[in-house]
Amino acid sequence: MLDHDILIIGAGLAGMRAALSAKELGADVAVVSKVHPVRSHSNAAQGGINAALTDRGDDWRDHAYDTIKGSDFLGDQDAIALMCQEAGSEVIAMEHMGAIFNRDEDGRLGTRAFGGQREARTFFVADFTGQALLHVLYEQILKAGALVYEEWFVLSLIVRDGKCGGAVMMDIRSGRIEVVRAKAVILAAGGLGRVFEPSTNALICTGDGMSLGYRVGASLMDMEMVQYHPTTLKGSGVLISEAARGEGAYLLNSDNDRFMLKYAPEFKELASRDVVSRCEQTEINEGRGLDGCVLLDVRHLGEKYISERLSQIRELAMDFANVDMVKEPVPIMPGMHYQMGGVAANVDGETGVPGLYAAGEVACVSVHGGNRLGANSLLDTLVFGRRSGVHAAEMVKSTQHLSVDDSAADDDKNNIQKLLANDKNESFGQIRLDMGTAMKEHFGVFRDENGMREGIEKIESVKKRAEDVYVADKGSTFNTNLLFTLELGFMLECAESIAVSAATRTESRGAHTRTDLPDRDDANWLKHILVSQDEDGGQELSYKDVVITDWEPVVRQY
Amino acid sequence: MEVKFNVRRYDPESTDAVSHFQEYQMDMDDSSTVLDGLIRIREEVDGTLSLRCSCRSAICGSCAVRVNGEAGLACNTKIIDVLSEDGNTITVEPAGNLPVIKDLVVDFQPFWEKIRAVEPWLQPEGEVPETEYLAPDEDMLHLAGVVSCILCGACVSDCTVMEVDSNFLGPAALAKSYRFVGDPRDGSAQQRFKTLNEYGGVWDCTRCMKCVEVCPKGVAPMDRIMVLREQVMEAGYTNTNGARHANEFINSVKHSGWLDEKKLVIKSFGIFNIKAMIGLIPLAIRSQRAGKVPPIFHKNIPGVENVRRIFEKVETKK
Repeated sequence: MLDHDILIIGAGLAGMRAALSAKELGADVAVVSKVHPVRSHSNAAQGGINAALTDRGDDWRDHAYDTIKGSDFLGDQDAIALMCQEAGSEVIAMEHMGAIFNRDEDGRLGTRAFGGQREARTFFVADFTGQALLHVLYEQILKAGALVYEEWFVLSLIVRDGKCGGAVMMDIRSGRIEVVRAKAVILAAGGLGRVFEPSTNALICTGDGMSLGYRVGASLMDMEMVQYHPTTLKGSGVLISEAARGEGAYLLNSDNDRFMLKYAPEFKELASRDVVSRCEQTEINEGRGLDGCVLLDVRHLGEKYISERLSQIRELAMDFANVDMVKEPVPIMPGMHYQMGGVAANVDGETGVPGLYAAGEVACVSVHGGNRLGANSLLDTLVFGRRSGVHAAEMVKSTQHLSVDDSAADDDKNNIQKLLANDKNESFGQIRLDMGTAMKEHFGVFRDENGMREGIEKIESVKKRAEDVYVADKGSTFNTNLLFTLELGFMLECAESIAVSAATRTESRGAHTRTDLPDRDDANWLKHILVSQDEDGGQELSYKDVVITDWEPVVRQY
Repeated sequence: MEVKFNVRRYDPESTDAVSHFQEYQMDMDDSSTVLDGLIRIREEVDGTLSLRCSCRSAICGSCAVRVNGEAGLACNTKIIDVLSEDGNTITVEPAGNLPVIKDLVVDFQPFWEKIRAVEPWLQPEGEVPETEYLAPDEDMLHLAGVVSCILCGACVSDCTVMEVDSNFLGPAALAKSYRFVGDPRDGSAQQRFKTLNEYGGVWDCTRCMKCVEVCPKGVAPMDRIMVLREQVMEAGYTNTNGARHANEFINSVKHSGWLDEKKLVIKSFGIFNIKAMIGLIPLAIRSQRAGKVPPIFHKNIPGVENVRRIFEKVETKK
C-alpha cells in the first residue's frame, strides 16, 4: 500500500497547479495520471487565458459580467466573481514561472479579443497557449520534485463511512494494482469529450473523474450543458481556435454572406460560442451551408500576421483539411468541445464527499453555467486547481488517515478478472462509436423531447451490450485494450447523466437548446440539475438554486 | 484505398518474446492518417495492438513512431504521402533509441531523464517584480519557435549520435536548454553553458540534420545546438575539443584557404594529449591504407588573399 497526504488524479493544468500549491504548504503530494503530464489535454487549449488586469484599465467586474452573460445566467455569480478577481494574479504567476506570452510594444503582456467579451483581455502564447502553460507547470513540478505516478490508471476511489480515503490504481506498464491511502483526493481528471462522436477532445478525455466521483456519492451538476465549438475542421473535427475570430476572421455561408451580422449585430463572429454554433447550424439546416459546413475566412489578415499569431491552426488546416488559410477559406462546423458540467464542487474544490475535491473541467463550480466563454477554461483550471491544493493541504494537517488496507483493491481485481474472462464478443470500439453517435444525434446543438427520449433508449441498449464486452488482450503489459474497456464504463455513466439532465431541463438556456421549448424560463429554471447515484445504482435528481449576487438575469443579446 | 500496414509487434509476455512484423490489410479513405489506420486496427481488427496516442492533432506528442523507417507523428502523417511505390504498404515501427515496452510503446524514461538534466525551468535573477517581467515581443516570438516543442521524441528516435552514445543529451533536451538560455528573464546562462560544454553536451552533435528533418513542429533542434555552441564559446568556454575544433577550422581556412586536416586533429585534441594522440594511430593507419592521408606540407591555395578578405568582411560585419 502506498501512502500520501494528498493524491491528485490528473496531471493537466488543474492537477499540476493543485500539486504545486499543496507542496508549497508542505503537504506530501502525489499526482497520478494515465498519461505523462505533458500529454494531458490542457495542451489543446489554443487561444489564451482571460484576466482583467487593473493596470490595463480593465475591471474584474466586467469580466465577471461577460462570463455571467455567457453562461446564460446559469453560472453561480459568487464563484464567477472570485475567479475573475483572482485571474490577474494567476496569469502573472504563470509568467513568473516562465510562460513566455506574446507582448505589446512596451514588453508587457499583450492581449487579443475573444468571444462574448467587450474587452480584449485574453493573454496568449501564439495559438498554443495551453501547451505552453502545461509545459511550464511540468517544469515547475520537476523543479519542486513533486512525485508523479506517470501512466497509472485510477480504477476506483476508496470511501469509508462516506469519507474519501484514497484510490485504487493500476500501473499501466506492469498491470500491478496498488492501493493508495490519502487524506485527501483531488479529482483533476478533465472532461468527457469521447462520450460524443466526433469531438475535438483527445482520446484520453473519457470522463473518468466524473464517473469515479459519481460512483462514491458525489453529484454531477449541469451535465446537460455541453459546449459545441463553432469552428472545428470539416471531416476530422480538429479544433480551429476561436483566436482566428478573435484576430478578425469572418464566418461565411454558401452565399458568401457574413451571416453573423444578421444574428449578432454587435459582437458578430465574436458572440458567445453557443450562439455562434446555433447560427452556423441554422445556416446549414436552412440550406446555406456547403456540404454540412460553413466557411472561416482569414485571408484578409495577410500571411505575416497569420504566421505570427495563428501558425499552428494554419498548419492544422493544411495537415488535416488540405487548405492553406492564407489562400482559401476553411470549411468548418460546430463540434462537441467541452463539458460545462461535472462533479459539483465549491470554490475550494470541496465536493459533497468529505476528503474528495474536484477542480478543472472534471468539476462544476459552476463558473461556466450554460455556456463557457473561450479562454475561461484555462483560468478555471488554474484558479480552482490552486485553491483546491491550498484547501486540501490545510485540511490534511488536522486529519488522520482512514483505516484502509490492501483489501480495498479486491473488488477492482475481481472486476478485471471477470472482464478478461468474457467470451469472444464485440469489443469496446463499436460500442463506444454507437454511444458517441447517439449522443451527437440526440444531444447535439439542437435537441427536442422525442429525440432525447430516443437517445436515452439508445444509451440504455448500448449499456446492455457493454456488459458482455470482449477484451482481446489478456496480458498485463501496457494492455490498452483493457483500459479502453474500463473507460467505456466511465463514459456510459457520463452519457446517462447528460441524457437525463438534458431531458429534465424543460427550457432552452445556454448550450441546451430545445426546438420544442425555445424560450428561457427564468421563473422555473434558474437552478442547477444535480444527478447522483441512489442506493440501487439508479439516478437520483436534485436541484440547487443559481447564486445571483449583483447581476439580475436579462435577455441575452450579442 | 487498400492499404497494407506492416506493424512491428513485440510482446514481452509471449513465450519467445522477439519482435516480428504483422500485416493488416485495411480499406482507408484518401484523407486518412497513419494514426487513423492504427486506431482502426486496434478497434476493429486486433485489440491486442498497443500504441500511445491521444490528441490526434499534433499537440500532445504521444504518437511518435517510425513510418517507413523515419520518425514522425502518426497523427499528422497522411497515408497517401507515405505509401510505398511498389504497392500499398506502410511500415510502422516503434520510435528508435528508446527501449520497447510493447508493440509501438517505448520506454520514455531515458528521454525524460535527459530533459530533467538540463534543469528545464526558468531561473530568474534578482527581485521578482510585482507585475510581469518586461520582455520584447520579438524575443518571445523567437522563443515560441522552441517552446512549441511537444517533447514527442521524434528527434531522439532518429538521432544518429544517440544511437551510438547514450550519454549525449540529445536534440530535445538541448533545444529545451536553448529555450532558457535565450530567455531574457533567465539569469542562469553561465551555469547552463558550463553543463552544455561538458561531455554529452553541445559538442557531441555531428550535424547530421536528422532531427531537423523529422521534427513535426519545426523546432529545428540542430540549429539551436549550433547557436548554443557559439554562445558557449562567447561565454569563454574555448578550451574543449569542440571549441578548439571550431576555432582551428576557421584559422586553417583563413590562413591557407583550405582545411589542414592534420593540424585540425592535433589542435582539437591538443598535442600534449598523449592518450588521444595514441588513440589516433589506428585511424592514421586506416587512412594511410585508404590513401586518404593529407599531404605532409600544407600549402596555401592560389588566391588565398581573397579568402582572407571574405573573412575580414564577415568579421567586421559581426
